[in-house]
Amino acid sequence: MSAHEPVIGVEIHVQLSTRTKMFCGCELSFGDPPNTHTCPVCLAHPGVLPVVNEEAVRRALLIGLALGCEIAPRSIFHRKNYFYPDLPKAYQISQFDIPICGRGEFRALREDGSELVVGITRAHLEEDAAKLTHAGGRRAGAAESVVDFNRGGTPLVEIVTEPDLRSPSDVALFLRQLRQTLLFLGVSDCSMEEGSMRADANVSIRPVGSQELGTKTELKNMNSFRFLERGIEAEIARQEEIVAAGGRVSQETVHYEPDTGHITSLRSKEESHDYRYFPEPDLVPIAPDPAWVEELRAGLPELPLPLRMRMVGEMGLSAEDAEVLTERPELVAYFMEAAALADPKACANWIRGELRAQLREVGVEPWQSKVTPAHVAALVGLLDAGTVTVPAAKEVLAEVIASGGDPADVVESKGLGAMDEGDLAAIVAEIIAANPDQAQQLRDGKDKVIGFFVGQAMKGTGGRADPQSVQRLVREAVRGD
Amino acid sequence: MIDDETVRHVARLARLRLSPDEEQVMREELSGILEHIDAIRAMDLDGVPPTTHVIALENVVRPDVPVPGLPREEALREAAHVTDEGFGVPRMD
Ligand SMILES: [Zn+2]
Repeated sequence: MSAHEPVIGVEIHVQLSTRTKMFCGCELSFGDPPNTHTCPVCLAHPGVLPVVNEEAVRRALLIGLALGCEIAPRSIFHRKNYFYPDLPKAYQISQFDIPICGRGEFRALREDGSELVVGITRAHLEEDAAKLTHAGGRRAGAAESVVDFNRGGTPLVEIVTEPDLRSPSDVALFLRQLRQTLLFLGVSDCSMEEGSMRADANVSIRPVGSQELGTKTELKNMNSFRFLERGIEAEIARQEEIVAAGGRVSQETVHYEPDTGHITSLRSKEESHDYRYFPEPDLVPIAPDPAWVEELRAGLPELPLPLRMRMVGEMGLSAEDAEVLTERPELVAYFMEAAALADPKACANWIRGELRAQLREVGVEPWQSKVTPAHVAALVGLLDAGTVTVPAAKEVLAEVIASGGDPADVVESKGLGAMDEGDLAAIVAEIIAANPDQAQQLRDGKDKVIGFFVGQAMKGTGGRADPQSVQRLVREAVRGD
Repeated sequence: MIDDETVRHVARLARLRLSPDEEQVMREELSGILEHIDAIRAMDLDGVPPTTHVIALENVVRPDVPVPGLPREEALREAAHVTDEGFGVPRMD
């Protein structure tokens, strides 16, 4: 056991998927030509005034309520001052000592069923910076960067956690389940690749049993959960090495190189963190009407964690089923509709297994496909009644994916119904007669040979034989038991 | 009076290069501003909540409805330097 334990807190930036920017009416866009969504406000022309986007406030409140945060009766904006080309005002409008959402708590469920509780320090509203790209990308050696202000001013919620996390895998779990919650709230696209969700981790180590916090480093801007997890692992190892060699960790910002697995220090100027926050004089306080806050609280959707607990506790699903099916709110709705019509466990198996596997080949999600939840339930019903075998049901599903027809009709029209016992017994008898050696092996106790007969029966019936029935019929015929 | 080092620190944060004479002027002017704060500190303010805004307004918001912005040519018109349909700046790494 290591003599040290990691102590990790994370900061998550979430771009809100509102129609317009945080402080001006410019439309949000992703992938539009550069600098086609700007105005004097988000370009910081002299004399302009920001005005708060009400929808951004609503979404920040939804996030705060879902994270169990205290909602500030009155919060204010601050200016965070620093110079960088992606920040035209030379300050970012953010929140400082009175954020819109204060202390809260997020509960996540580990695969082993244990609970991970992470304290939320705060969640506040701010604006995103513009996008900076290197002109050198196209012209090697160009000594220039280019600023695209389309992104500048996009509403952001920054969520800050307490240093409650103790392992890289817990960080990844927390972020995955937090992302799910945000998707359920419908406040953001939460795409790590496109940068609409970004995470930084504060990492330190301390002797096991100690209550003090060690010097932390900040691991910046990882664009996938997997890289963040690996980056934290690498940073913990680096800090342990320093301490083992008698050294001291210095407070700095570090970067993880996924290709090499190396941690590099981003040399930051010593004064770069002196942001000289002061209250934004151009914006008045936000004081949400308590009745509005209660209305939002009452209207929160059922969130992933309670939903997963209900799926496991009341519907008989495994923890893994529940985790997979709650990945997206659309998938939850799809499953719930099917599960209301047929055995939930069987619906879960078919949706997360065969249906998704077949649809992946055509690049479509279940809720976008021709297969309705009622079709899934019907298929489960046909299987349950013994009308079709599992291999035939897969064929039926493929046909429904292609044509959108009703499963029972497909069974009928394609002749995929399970064979009746008499016909099947006749086929089994033929197979045994044609393969005396294998039949003898089975009589001699080589039970594995049963698989051979099942395979032959499937081939002979085009998948319409029920494997269990074939096994039973073969045994009866060969051994008389 | 604030000290010279504080003046230089604030100047660096503001990206200002000051001559020794200018530093002296700034030192006096900044100190003068801070003395106003001392005057407030000298008062008995027990029970007075901190004030961040002087107008009694709250919740000035706008609906989330797009309004047309600037055509790109106009947005870039004031740029010191235009590169690749954007604002060209010194290389940032
Ligand atoms: Zn704008």
